[in-house]
Amino acid sequence: MAEFTLPKNSKVKAGKTWAAKPGAKQPRRFHIYRWNPDDGQNPQVDIYEVDMAECAPMVLDALIKIKNEIDPTLTFRRSCREGVCGSCAMNIDGTNTLACTMAVEDCAKGGDVKIYPLPHMPVVKDLVPDLTQFYAQYASIQPWMQTQSATPSRERLQSKEDRQKLDGYYECILCACCSTSCPSYWWNGDRYLGPAVLLQAWRWIADSRDEMTGERLDNLEDPFRLYRCHTIMNCAKTCPKGLNPARAIAEIKKLMVERRL
Amino acid sequence: MADANRYRSPLARVRGLGAAKTGTEHFWLQRVTAVGLIPLVILFVIYLLGLVGADLATVKATLGRPVPATITILLLVAAFWHAKLGIQVIIEDYVHHEGTKLASLLLLSFACIAIGLASVLAVLKLALGI
Repeated sequence: MAEFTLPKNSKVKAGKTWAAKPGAKQPRRFHIYRWNPDDGQNPQVDIYEVDMAECAPMVLDALIKIKNEIDPTLTFRRSCREGVCGSCAMNIDGTNTLACTMAVEDCAKGGDVKIYPLPHMPVVKDLVPDLTQFYAQYASIQPWMQTQSATPSRERLQSKEDRQKLDGYYECILCACCSTSCPSYWWNGDRYLGPAVLLQAWRWIADSRDEMTGERLDNLEDPFRLYRCHTIMNCAKTCPKGLNPARAIAEIKKLMVERRL
Repeated sequence: MADANRYRSPLARVRGLGAAKTGTEHFWLQRVTAVGLIPLVILFVIYLLGLVGADLATVKATLGRPVPATITILLLVAAFWHAKLGIQVIIEDYVHHEGTKLASLLLLSFACIAIGLASVLAVLKLALGI
């Protein structure tokens, strides 16, 4: 059955509190999920007080400040710090988003900021989820242009209108916020491809230069790979880039029906 | 519990048994039955409202007439078909033990066919006056 409670060794316990230095002007509390694979302990939530008067505005800035100045053992992924790489995807204030584009000011109506790893994924350490399966699913849709006709001597041309069909899809940075917000992906992530990978699949189906549309649809025509999407819409709600994976999935379903009617 | 797949590559696990090349039929029929149910339910409710306070003989006579009987039978077929497709999705979503899943899906099919058929026969009995 789908799991509705955490296994015994995953139950989250209260952890340490790291108080702000005396004289902090704007202390803000961050509740952060901690789990260390090496100590055999259950996960715990540590509370860090950060002086926002001394910290840049984004959640990622606060995390970096904590790692640099308070607790160097705090582990998280980050790279571009401007919403392009997708590394710092995590669950902040109850919503999957990028720590680098989420302002602390906009979190929790000024209250304590709760930070957890992306939901329902195996955790490597602290805020780092294991995305191995997610990346394998991405590889399975063969995300590159595929053609049958001979390689042309120049670029493959595309009309402006056809190029515009990729808008809203090519911007996806594969941060996995949408897939890990999807209940269908939680319960059947081993067989359901999830919103991010299906959006990417649509990106290649919608590309006028690609010649493998039929094979791509064949590869998705499956009760689990595609049809576990029940238009719950968490994906569109949570996408930090403002994209709509649910629409991409609906477009795939439309083509599935179109080619048999 | 040892994971029987632990030496398989992530891609091998994801590719698994391949695409089943089915699912669209199910998706489409669920929509078709849903669209069909809209007028059928409205018409059926109109007939029911006309029968409020009526005695048994009137109800039997009304539901036995060709048009109400046809509408009722269509409604029953669409409703049980739609229910079967919908509940199947719920079972596939939440029941992960293969044996329990198979048993639940069988039970669902048998129940929908049996109860649906019995309901249709009841209306036919009125319509044919047997």
